[in-house]
Amino acid sequence: MNKPSLIRSAALLLGFAFLYAPIALLMLYSFNASRLVTVWGGFSTRWYVSLLENDQLIASAWMSLRVALMSALLATVVGTCAAIALTRFGRFKGRIAFASMIYAPLVMPEVITGLSLLLLFVALDIPRGFWTVVVAHATLGMCFVAVVVHARLVTLDRSLEEAAMDLGATPGRALLSVTLPLAAPSILAGYGLAFILSVDDLVIASFTSGPGSTTLPMRIYSQVRLGVTPEINAISTILIASVALVLLAGWALGLTGRGRRA
Amino acid sequence: MKAHRSLAERLVLGAPWAWLIVFFMIPFLIVVKISLSEAAIAQPPYKPVFDFADGWEALRKFAELSLSAYAGLADDWLYAQAYLSSLRLALISTLFTLAVAYPLAYAMARAPLRLRPILVVLAVAPFWTSFLIRVYAWITILKDEGLLNHALLRLGLISEPLHIFASDTAVVIGIVYSYLPFMVLPLYNAIARQPPELIEAAADLGAPPLAAFWRVTVPLSASGVIAGCLLVFIPAIGEFVIPDLLGGSDTLMIGRTLWVEFFDNRDWPAASAVAVVLLGLLVGPMALYERSQMAEAGS
Repeated sequence: MNKPSLIRSAALLLGFAFLYAPIALLMLYSFNASRLVTVWGGFSTRWYVSLLENDQLIASAWMSLRVALMSALLATVVGTCAAIALTRFGRFKGRIAFASMIYAPLVMPEVITGLSLLLLFVALDIPRGFWTVVVAHATLGMCFVAVVVHARLVTLDRSLEEAAMDLGATPGRALLSVTLPLAAPSILAGYGLAFILSVDDLVIASFTSGPGSTTLPMRIYSQVRLGVTPEINAISTILIASVALVLLAGWALGLTGRGRRA
Repeated sequence: MKAHRSLAERLVLGAPWAWLIVFFMIPFLIVVKISLSEAAIAQPPYKPVFDFADGWEALRKFAELSLSAYAGLADDWLYAQAYLSSLRLALISTLFTLAVAYPLAYAMARAPLRLRPILVVLAVAPFWTSFLIRVYAWITILKDEGLLNHALLRLGLISEPLHIFASDTAVVIGIVYSYLPFMVLPLYNAIARQPPELIEAAADLGAPPLAAFWRVTVPLSASGVIAGCLLVFIPAIGEFVIPDLLGGSDTLMIGRTLWVEFFDNRDWPAASAVAVVLLGLLVGPMALYERSQMAEAGS
């Protein structure tokens, strides 16, 4: 078993190098003193300083943060309800259609989701802005939350809930005080996932936002189209570092990786 | 569970139902409706589809349908090319993603048990960082004066810079890179749950390791291969960011066509018709994906 294990180590090394090298290079070049992204001109933090002076970028970062916090909250509440309905309500009427609608947005091309939601808002004559982006992101996020929480709920031992009911708890009470606390890590992971999806999204936000509700990815995208600048590397590095910190914290608390399936 | 439901239960079931119908189902019907409308040059984008002020007259207008957007789609060879080119690039990318992901997933699934959770987190973590940023990272690497050409020239492996950036190749690299976690995870799950005794049994029966791999491990991971391929293939067809940032001006992908029709040409019926046809193409693969997901979730 020695030789194959060498091949497997190589596969791991190459695979993870491919996954992480571009991110590492991007972060490295955010500290480049030179304006040319590909020529190393010495270590510098000048691009981070110039970020602080970029008011538009900072405003859009706040917008993204607000949208993400709000949409992830909505997504978690509605998505958890959907997961409970899928696991605890038996074969209710329309269950297949319900489940299909939960799974469809996961692979739906974003341009279609974005376009269709925009047309809805226009049809209802709703002015586009903060709330339309929140609703759009919550729609996508709730499906991810539902899948993550559902994966956890089906693995939970039903007898715990039944024991609670034998002891006189109503089904609702058993759900609230037994099942949901047990599923809490997956619900929190679902919130995190919905949050990240929202912070990340360019396409759906581009369709559903209005003047004054430009999100961070929209701002980054318009800057990238004008040309690659180390400033984008700097903001990217900050974003990646914050996500890494949150992931590490979550991992330390034992949230990620559990209750999740592909 | 009993057929008669309490108020709380109705709420738990009703809230996601209502949300999905209002924000997922109805928007699609509106897309279909708009795709069957004429492009109004005078007051296009901001005119409500259904003007309640018109009363019954609005209903009559609503019922007026036009196939002109679809005729435009059929007339212009560019649309057909964009669909075909999207299918081709998505297919090539999916195969490359599978080729890159399988060895990685296999090595992860056969790693010591205590290492596996860490490896899974490492494989999934890039998915948690911004998609846009990960695509952006490749611009710096692939450009003519970029890091890859710089390194290859230095090493003397090439004498002239490779023109990868702004080409279909760059788009494929971008898709493989961005969607890799989607492929690795289902593959890993499908391989990791195979009992190791199966390989031992194959070896006892005289199969060399490679034969055991091909005839036991690979067929048993078929469900993971299918799920992973669909998870890459379906969204890749409608991809916008990757062809827009890494592709050339001649890279045709339908997600980009839709974007241009909508944002640059402001032709809403055309954009909607593009979306409806795209959805028609995806219905088959999506149904397949949903079936595999529901089977996996045991529901």
